[in-house]
Amino acid sequence: MAIDYLYSLITAIFVGGAAGYLGSLMITKRMALVGDALGHVALPGIGLALLWGFNVSYGAFIFLLLGILLIWLLEGRTDLPTESLVGVIFVLSLAIGFLVTPEHELLHALVGDISSVSLLDTIISAVLSIGVVAIIYSIYPKLIISSISEDLAVSNNIKIKKYNLIYLLAIAVIVALGIKVAGSLLIGALVITPAAASKKLSRNLFQYSWGALALGILSCVLGVALSAITGFAAGPLIIFASVIFFAISLFF
Amino acid sequence: MNKNILEVKNLNIAFNSNKVIDNLSFNLEEKENLVILGPNGAGKTILLKALLGVIPFEGEIKWKSGVKIGYVPQKFLPDKGIPLSVEEFFKFKKTGYEEMREALRAVGIKDLSILKNKIGVISSGQLQRVLIAWGLLGNPQVLLFDEPTAGIDIEGEETIYNLLAKIEKERDLAIILVTHDLSVVYKFADSVLCLNKKAVCYGAPQEVLGGDSLNRLYGGEIKLYKHNHGH
Repeated sequence: MAIDYLYSLITAIFVGGAAGYLGSLMITKRMALVGDALGHVALPGIGLALLWGFNVSYGAFIFLLLGILLIWLLEGRTDLPTESLVGVIFVLSLAIGFLVTPEHELLHALVGDISSVSLLDTIISAVLSIGVVAIIYSIYPKLIISSISEDLAVSNNIKIKKYNLIYLLAIAVIVALGIKVAGSLLIGALVITPAAASKKLSRNLFQYSWGALALGILSCVLGVALSAITGFAAGPLIIFASVIFFAISLFF
Repeated sequence: MNKNILEVKNLNIAFNSNKVIDNLSFNLEEKENLVILGPNGAGKTILLKALLGVIPFEGEIKWKSGVKIGYVPQKFLPDKGIPLSVEEFFKFKKTGYEEMREALRAVGIKDLSILKNKIGVISSGQLQRVLIAWGLLGNPQVLLFDEPTAGIDIEGEETIYNLLAKIEKERDLAIILVTHDLSVVYKFADSVLCLNKKAVCYGAPQEVLGGDSLNRLYGGEIKLYKHNHGH
């Protein structure tokens, strides 16, 4: 029991930190709901994974890739804003997800089940989280410039589409890993809330991005601790903790 | 001829069969100040975007090979709350402290405490200066400038043009400045391109800005406009 909690805690710390860090870009890019939508896009993958008994993160990741690819392709073919496309794909995924997910597993798919994390899962989560943060760290300035002025970015030879794709893939990895922590319904909140709190408290990008990472970690530690004490699922408690930080940030 | 830093030939830009730029040709020489003048909706910003390579076009836009372009955008910062300090904004260009200070000095900012400020909260005049300084980093040979009047009061506007003239002298830059403000032409331009989808006039200001070309560019409004500014 104790060792299970330790695995859960370590996984949540790494994934939560990475989610917060990526979230700092999502807010400045005005994509605040994309993380939410992608969480839902993962649902059919989670459902199939539960149905056929393989790792939910892998199932989620495959469907996230499909979803991102589909949005990517459709974006060039219609004049509709990305948000509408994401919206359509998001409800389609939800519908499919509800149909394929075994009924008694549905709740875990939606709000996460961190107690099912193995040692191998923990190691994979930690390594991938560090990798994703390292990659995004290296292109962070380019992503910020692209988000404040496309013209400025292009005139400085920044390939906006390429970096946006890298960013979306990074989000896909973190959402897939985070599915176990917070579930498909709540993973979006783990991306957005720590970043929103950090934004309120920061005067520059350094404080903002690393602050978001720190608050992501703190939310997870607090959430998992509360879960250990109360016996409630960790996912909702983690989100609850992050919203508390957000509420506190509003007073500064 | 080979002093040209930019050659534009038979440029056409259209959005959904709606022609925005119609068969435009012009050149920019080294150290030349070219003002692109035209009313709102004349395709000025579109032209700049084409020059930067941001949007597709037909025809030819040929920059001298290896030329470095600094760009000062009109619209900037969709989100005023972004926690980005001026210093971090400069460091995006991988600049050292000295170059940063030098660029700020060139735009008339001596108080370096601005580096610690959030870029969304400095005044629009200061932001304009910071953007010009950013454009100067990396020592470009050309500066593209989109409508510096936008969002700035007249007093600020005055100093921005003086500033540009000063920078131009100090650094031997070519500048392309886009504006709808006729008074800028006389203060600043070596040559002027009057744009209203097509080139209505092109050449040295004294030669081309006769009453007729201005009438064609602006319609009747221009007399009132000119009267207000005086000489």
